[in-house]
Amino acid sequence: MSDAQRPSDDGVSSEQPSTGGVGGGDSDSGDGNDEFEPVQVFPEAEEMDLRPGADSCYKCSTCDTNCPVAEVDDEFPGPKFQGPEQWRLKRQDDHDIDDSVMKCSNCMRCDSACPSSVPLSQMHNTARAEYVEENMSKFSREYLRNRVLANYRRLAPLASMFPRTANFVMGRSVTKWLGEKTLGITSERDFPEFATETFREWWTDRGGANVENEDKRIAYFHGCYSNYNTPEVAKALVHVYEHFGYEVMVPEQSCSGTPMFANGMLEDARRAAETNVRELAAAIEDGADVIASCSSCSMSIRQEYPELFDFENTEDVAANTWDAVEYLRVHEDLMGALENTTVGDEFDDMAYHAPCHSRNQGLDGQTIEVMDAIDGIDAHDVGDSCSGISGTYGWKEENYETSMKIGEEMFEHMDAAEAETGLTECPTCSMQMEHGTGYEIKHTLEVLEAALVGDRDGSGSGSHASAGAGTETATESN
Amino acid sequence: MAITDDVLVIGGGLAGATAALAASDAAEDARVRLVTYKQSTLRHASGLIDVLGYAPSGDGQQQPIADPFTALESLPESHPYQRVGVDAVREALAFFDEVAGDAYAGAHTDRNALVPTHGGTVKPTARYPVSTAEGLASDDRDTLLVGFKTLPDFDAPLAAAHLEAAGAPFDARGVTLSFPGIGRDDAKVTRYAHLLDHDERVETLTGETGAREAIAATVKPHLDGESRVGFPAILGDEHPTAVREALSDALGADVFEVPMGPPSLPGLRLEDLLYDALESAGVRVTAGVPVVGHETTSEGMTAAIDHVVVDRHGAEIPHEADQYVLATGGLVGKGIESNRKRVTEPLFDCYVPHATDRYNWFVDDVFGEQPYARFGVVPDTELRPLDADDDPEFSNLRAAGAVLGGYDYAAEKSGAGVSLATGYVAGTHAGEACQ
Repeated sequence: MSDAQRPSDDGVSSEQPSTGGVGGGDSDSGDGNDEFEPVQVFPEAEEMDLRPGADSCYKCSTCDTNCPVAEVDDEFPGPKFQGPEQWRLKRQDDHDIDDSVMKCSNCMRCDSACPSSVPLSQMHNTARAEYVEENMSKFSREYLRNRVLANYRRLAPLASMFPRTANFVMGRSVTKWLGEKTLGITSERDFPEFATETFREWWTDRGGANVENEDKRIAYFHGCYSNYNTPEVAKALVHVYEHFGYEVMVPEQSCSGTPMFANGMLEDARRAAETNVRELAAAIEDGADVIASCSSCSMSIRQEYPELFDFENTEDVAANTWDAVEYLRVHEDLMGALENTTVGDEFDDMAYHAPCHSRNQGLDGQTIEVMDAIDGIDAHDVGDSCSGISGTYGWKEENYETSMKIGEEMFEHMDAAEAETGLTECPTCSMQMEHGTGYEIKHTLEVLEAALVGDRDGSGSGSHASAGAGTETATESN
Repeated sequence: MAITDDVLVIGGGLAGATAALAASDAAEDARVRLVTYKQSTLRHASGLIDVLGYAPSGDGQQQPIADPFTALESLPESHPYQRVGVDAVREALAFFDEVAGDAYAGAHTDRNALVPTHGGTVKPTARYPVSTAEGLASDDRDTLLVGFKTLPDFDAPLAAAHLEAAGAPFDARGVTLSFPGIGRDDAKVTRYAHLLDHDERVETLTGETGAREAIAATVKPHLDGESRVGFPAILGDEHPTAVREALSDALGADVFEVPMGPPSLPGLRLEDLLYDALESAGVRVTAGVPVVGHETTSEGMTAAIDHVVVDRHGAEIPHEADQYVLATGGLVGKGIESNRKRVTEPLFDCYVPHATDRYNWFVDDVFGEQPYARFGVVPDTELRPLDADDDPEFSNLRAAGAVLGGYDYAAEKSGAGVSLATGYVAGTHAGEACQ
């Protein structure tokens, strides 16, 4: 075997270029006094070169054993097929993307499973986008429904203008029935309520930041849900960060793109990401680090943007984006600050679910560690299962049953834990937790706010739209 | 602010998990954290705990070792077992038995058990999942092996023929059937397990029944007086005992599992067992992120690790501890790496002895004594990695598992035992040192 033929698996894991890096341009050759001459085997430069990822797969199937969908639905061929195998099949001209790609819930658990660092979710995102582009009719009910779900942010401002009306209409059984019949949105779930005052409205009314500090600045990426639905979470972030002396900036922003990736609406996601990268890069230029309170938002900016887009500053924004609690742990003495703090009865006993998108950032153990530092809180981890809703996935009529089957393990563990309040950092996980158990679900930042700042301007019930909405959903927790 | 603990274990496999448990056992008040990049390779593993199946430097034709503990004494001085000593191996196994409880069998004897595997070969092993216990090849009861069309990794008739050809003291027969409730050819092993765990309703020719009952009904007509039935290892993930008992009751025969290749449910169950134990011991686990660098301090002669840096999607998170354990695996687990010039330990650049000419890294006989199989760091008796001059690289770093050199776990069948023994010793020392 000559040197040129001798395969080398050196460096397959991390250093592969994700765009245009056509075979052979080996970074290892810098110190080369060997007679090793790389041969260009794969001539054509593709827009996004996924070959290194496909080639790194040695078919151990660890990803498949992590897939929550494949475990309950044997019609779903699993991440190994959706990623590397489908990519190889597609080298032949006569293969379309298999329609099973739409059954992937985009939980991204396969990513952190792979011992070979195959970029599985990147492969799934591109395959799903290709399927939607090439194989799904733009006039189909499914396309329309997915577009609506993926672009929830476009509807939310309307609902927020008339939140009581919207909550009333969305809560009506006839609306839900219509939603299922006309759009295929499951009638089993209650639509999330819209707040009477969005976070951004509150922020403007408040006159923006209360703390100015050019040495400690953060740009808050609040995402859609904490703006329109749970402003108490966003306010908690502001209060906690101001407590530590940070100047909070709230830049213009679009949806993080997570629901768009999950529905194969890559162009919608590209537009949103372009706005976000531009605005966040400007904030970084002003000395801020980017902080997100939603685990899927931070996941999207940190991982999916650099995997899928190449706008200027994409990598820079990714590397400077943090989870809200993680940032405080590293930049402040959060654990020290929490020592000897207490919180009200509201938070004494909690069932914590780590969202998959936290897990993929190595943050699944963080919340319990932080909660342990606060006196009188008993927080139980309800295990490593997926909640099953995975963003818009569990909202689809055809996925509802699968979604609830996946969630069963979490529901059982929540039930077994001695707690009647749930805790998580993901908006849709919290919907699923509430839907499956009837518990009230809190965000970690709300607990930190209670511990560090106390009850500021009546946060909690005051800002939440409970007044006109409860009529049809009286069984709901609040 | 670094994230601060007393003991930091890097690596989440059998060695790393054991080290973290041992550290926390040795120093009850110590805060122990385990950081692991990607998922543990335990799900690639058979779930069997071998200590020593074959003597090293064998020619591949030899007989399995009957008593591994006696054989340990004659291993070369460079072998990890010799570094920690036979007593430590025994202590480590006792420690494992404590953690595993009734999920594992084999503690009643020093001698190796012979567990049939999915190829019909037998594997000499010191401990084995209780689900495999009724299948031991030393047991002379006749055996029916059941395979499923949609699980081609286990060809039951072939495995049965292989067992007989290998001289098993019983008649073995294999049949291949359809698995009720599974429609696809490529359903995942977790799907089979989930179906049985939850006893989901499945369609059969005679109507809808629970999955466990449906399988028993499928197998029963093929039973011809055998008193034990072996299935591929897919009999449940969360509730394997209940699944096995239900099948056993319905069949009127003992039921056992035959360990399979990856992805392996017995490996997954072992992983769950260890991670549950870590949680109970209060060990903090950070998973899915790699350690990418370290900073040292030097007090006196030997350098010490001040902190390591964990990468979270580009953000560098410092992790600080008093004592560190390196359990990142060998060439397969990427704890040892090679390029065209060197063999390295990538995290701390610990010394890894190897020939300068890479053509001396292997021998032509595939099953011969391969130098590459023994690549790894060289430890002292406390398992601190040594530099080229035989001095500890760092005063507060110990190594465990396949990142250690000097043994060929695949040829010897010693992978799990070395991980347990060295994980136990490294973790215990780390815990004691931070007291």
